[in-house]
Amino acid sequence: MDKILRIDMGAAGGPSMKEEPVGAYAGLGGRAMTSAIVSKEVPPLCHPLGAENKLVFAPGLLSGSAAVISGRLSVGCKSPLTGTIKEANSGGQAAIAISRYGYAAIVLEGKPATNDLYVIHFGKDGVKIKSDKSLKMLPNYDLVDKMKAAYGEKIACISIGPAGEMRMGAASIAVTDMETRPSRHAGRGGVGAVMGSKGVKAIVLDMTDLKMRQPKDVEKFREANKKFTEGLKSHPVTGQALPAYGTNVLTNILNEAGGYPTKNFSGGVFDGSAKISGETIADLETKRGGLATHGCHTGCVIQCSGTYVDKNGKFVSKQPEYETVWAHGGHCGISDPDVIAKLDFMDDNYGLDTIEMGVTIGVAMEAGIIKFGDAEGAIRLVDEVGKGTPLGRILGSGAEVTGKAFGVERVPVVKGQAMPAYDPRAVQGIGVTYATSTMGADHTAGYAVATNILKVGGFVDPLKPDGQIELSRNLQIATAAVDSTGMCLFIAFAVLDQPETFQALIDMLNAFYGLSLTADDVAALGKQVLSMERDFNARAGFTAKHDRLPRYFLNEKLAPHNVIFDVKDSDLDQVFNW
Amino acid sequence: MGPISVKVKLFASLRTGRFEERDMELAPGTSVRALVHALGIPGQEVTLILVNRRHRDWDHVLAHGETCALFPPVGGG
Ligand code: SF4
Repeated sequence: MDKILRIDMGAAGGPSMKEEPVGAYAGLGGRAMTSAIVSKEVPPLCHPLGAENKLVFAPGLLSGSAAVISGRLSVGCKSPLTGTIKEANSGGQAAIAISRYGYAAIVLEGKPATNDLYVIHFGKDGVKIKSDKSLKMLPNYDLVDKMKAAYGEKIACISIGPAGEMRMGAASIAVTDMETRPSRHAGRGGVGAVMGSKGVKAIVLDMTDLKMRQPKDVEKFREANKKFTEGLKSHPVTGQALPAYGTNVLTNILNEAGGYPTKNFSGGVFDGSAKISGETIADLETKRGGLATHGCHTGCVIQCSGTYVDKNGKFVSKQPEYETVWAHGGHCGISDPDVIAKLDFMDDNYGLDTIEMGVTIGVAMEAGIIKFGDAEGAIRLVDEVGKGTPLGRILGSGAEVTGKAFGVERVPVVKGQAMPAYDPRAVQGIGVTYATSTMGADHTAGYAVATNILKVGGFVDPLKPDGQIELSRNLQIATAAVDSTGMCLFIAFAVLDQPETFQALIDMLNAFYGLSLTADDVAALGKQVLSMERDFNARAGFTAKHDRLPRYFLNEKLAPHNVIFDVKDSDLDQVFNW
Repeated sequence: MGPISVKVKLFASLRTGRFEERDMELAPGTSVRALVHALGIPGQEVTLILVNRRHRDWDHVLAHGETCALFPPVGGG
């Protein structure tokens, strides 16, 4: 991983490629790499869909090695949804493939003058770029079938669906999983629209005969990897709960805690939660012959995913995540798991962020376009998005645009990005993260739910403002560092509770690169990443006034706890004051 | 004083071989610790205790009409 591939999609006479040494970006991976390139090279005032924006794909520092659960991919650019810098993170096989081709980053630059649609293929005879108009408006699953027919079964695919081609704010970038299904997504912030603006439909990586990346110190690396794996296996969350029930085990607990945003954040408890809980869906999958425990990429030892099948055992979608089940479920008053799984598939196929799309449908329900609980209506609306009807174009632009178009006041967004599945009034720590994250409302940026609700890494009362700033700050720093390693963020449950597992991760990085990093260096890396991102955002025009929740979270009480978001503005301004 | 009635909810792996939800008659003064013991659940299997939707600890004394939800260690996101 010592080179960067730059592809100028706007070059005269068609796309041109340039390979260069990693140079000034040496030692960076994942989010640290994407944010470094974007903050240094992209003019912050550029239009996100213009030629000046760049789309960066970066595997993590340990991706492609024998390190377990290290195959996460970072996708960075200036976001068309938020106007901020963006790093969207995805599972799937692509990070492994890119790193084994030796690339620390692939950067798509410029913009084609024509409306050609390109496929970039990595294979034995190098990188080839081909225009193929027949792929226009193909959904992701159909596209991947075509790619398999053209390039063989053993490929990893990074692609956009119709939503990305239409440059929608909710458009995601799909990454294929171990079954070569486009079921993993760099979901947030409209990264798919940026790929669409570059005229790239798919990046296809041949995975035959790719060699595993080798550590500098083989013995030490093996030892640390073993300890790290044991740490993940022995922690009850990463060793038992996540494999058995997946992320959706959270439905019941958030609901019991009164922090489950229901019907567009109008209440904290959903009466249909039992029908869509992780327990119910895992049970359903097992009974129907699906899979309740499955990994999204080779080497994942937590395996929080699964396969959702219908009554006849036929594939419907991958096991929908908690966030998806909530966005298309409780947030919309829908409690039919078959409908939610179908919507999950439609989002994956059209190439849409399930959080943005689900939240948008809930806002459309608040606007009266369809009623809360209208499952068929929700399916119809997502179909309109995929087909690009005028209404679909508005919905596909995300919750904020939809709220504006239909005169809705209660639109749960920060910096234009839809809030995920935790009401910030009943989980105040995550409210701090939503407000201040460099990414817009994003739960993964500093997952205070762990300590507010799940009692991982200690306990900070979710209903009070005390201690939330520090909690969110520390988690945002740690997350920025983890996102740079290629590790799945879910390792944090074990790492927060078990210092020896954290140490094993540091040992692994040191053995791989021949370094002598300490825990302090890891924290410093996290701070460095956040500082680059904050700097980009400041130059793009963002100020402290943007680090706020919509006013109704401060004015309207949430039942059943009857709480408002109570963290002071002046305290929010201290999050990055370390 | 007669017995009090408490709604007990179990989640995730705690349900295995037990139940999902049950109204239970308990002696006044019963703590969460005593309830979990009476249910035959090893203490270390329970990490989250929510009584009427609030986090409580092992010594919380249950009152008539309360709902007590018990969870094993869980995570997601
Ligand atoms: S824990 Fe889940 S999200 Fe993370 S790498 Fe494994 S399957 Fe993917």
